[in-house]
Amino acid sequence: MENITNINEQKPILELKNLSVSYQPGKNAVDNVSVDIYPNTITAIIGPSGCGKSTLLRAINRMHDLYPNIETSGEIFLKGKNVLETNPMDIRRMAGMVFQQPNPFPTMSIYDNVLSGYKLNGIKLNKKEKDEIVEQSLLSVALWDEVKDVMSKRGSFLSGGQQQRLCIARALALKPELILLDEPTSALDPISTNKIEELLFQLKSKFTIIIVTHNMSQAARIADNTMFMYLGELVEYGNTTQMFTKPKNKRTEDYLTGSFG
Amino acid sequence: MKDKIFNILLFAAALAVLLLTAGVLYALVGKSLEVFSEYGVWGFVSNSEWDPRSATEEYGALSFIMGTLYTAFFALFLCIPFSLPVALFTGEYFKGKRVASVVSSIVDLLAGIPSIVYGLWGFYALRPVVISLGVNAQGFGVFLASVVLAVMIIPYASSLSAEFISMVPNNLKEGAYSLGATRSEVIQRVSLPFARSGIVASYILALGRALGETMAVTMLIGNTNNIPDGLRGTGNTMASIIANQFGEADGLKLSALIAIGLLLFIITALINLIAKLIMKKLSAV
Repeated sequence: MENITNINEQKPILELKNLSVSYQPGKNAVDNVSVDIYPNTITAIIGPSGCGKSTLLRAINRMHDLYPNIETSGEIFLKGKNVLETNPMDIRRMAGMVFQQPNPFPTMSIYDNVLSGYKLNGIKLNKKEKDEIVEQSLLSVALWDEVKDVMSKRGSFLSGGQQQRLCIARALALKPELILLDEPTSALDPISTNKIEELLFQLKSKFTIIIVTHNMSQAARIADNTMFMYLGELVEYGNTTQMFTKPKNKRTEDYLTGSFG
Repeated sequence: MKDKIFNILLFAAALAVLLLTAGVLYALVGKSLEVFSEYGVWGFVSNSEWDPRSATEEYGALSFIMGTLYTAFFALFLCIPFSLPVALFTGEYFKGKRVASVVSSIVDLLAGIPSIVYGLWGFYALRPVVISLGVNAQGFGVFLASVVLAVMIIPYASSLSAEFISMVPNNLKEGAYSLGATRSEVIQRVSLPFARSGIVASYILALGRALGETMAVTMLIGNTNNIPDGLRGTGNTMASIIANQFGEADGLKLSALIAIGLLLFIITALINLIAKLIMKKLSAV
């Protein structure tokens, strides 16, 4: 597809090949999706509820492995690694995830929440390394100034928007290749949403970002490329501006103009 | 008008239960005054002599308080390695699955077995084992009573802790998995810390059950009126001394038994209160 934004003409960082996911045998929630995602871009996945956008996102870091009734077929390559044939724990460290509801660990301090990826994986760090990771991660989500004096408080002590930024920091701390966000602002107020969007825009210089959103204007504001999904099928994938102004597919046009969804 | 009558009826029923509890407490306090005025509360509680012979009559509760604490805490200690895995099995690993409900119904079945049946089982099946293990010559004692008590409280500890473990929000667990944690890491570092106070409360409630358990313990502890000589020794608990001796008691001895009953009532009420407070604090978070 020639109309996909690919900054610096790089090789794709993530390739999905004929990816299908089903919750029940014979019924695909994601149906035969093939796309290439390029480094340092933001890709938005849009579509009506139940179209399979979250299901697609969660296939990438193999969250579906947690639920034995879900079947995934096809191939996924992350930086050339065959995702479905690699240890899921390694894949999840390479692809950080941010969820719809902010979910900082309530039994851990803010400081420990940022380091939770290391703690959970049993990776030992010395004090200096820890301090550095915490400061860097919190700086990159613009939370450092707000929390640097309350580091030992619980993560749940923060506001919703701050909690979500803490969750992004927690994912960044593991230095992933990819950040997967599943409707990260749907539980937040407009000001917090705005902050997160600005943040994602800054983060794309270092990371590759895929964001599921039900909010079309959010996709239009921040995404380089957009995938439109409908009934499990990838209807259209392309440069966001082009898709929003000149959609190629009738169904994309209908959705974007509000005829359904 | 109908509402008003209904409200009054509800209020009256609630009040009746309250009065009943107060009545029990009043009777216990009233009857135990005799022994407390004879020895003083502290004198009664701290004395380990129990001698009903009329020439040297002397009553103290310490032996039985110690017997109760020994058996209840040892039973609690023994039940943890069984009840915690059961709780993880039903509340986490197989949560919502058929096998979890089968396992938890079987474990709950343990709670429905009458105490006297546990006593018989301990007497005929377990006592020979305890003897062959060389714990003591007769088999009776704190050890045997605690083992049976532990089996009896497993369902209380496990079903309530399973409930708290299953209440750990899925999005927290998914958050941990998304950071590359394995299942055991998620359980150790996210689920158990989250459910910790609830689990502690479950074990405190189980302890409360163990403290008051009477019949099986009476049959197995050996019924000697002394502070148990460690886990191998024999003794009596507060409940078992009452069950053993109330039939032939009068005067000061009866008052001493009732005072022990009052103490047991206060201890179990306090234990339950602590567990409830922990759970209340937990649900407020």
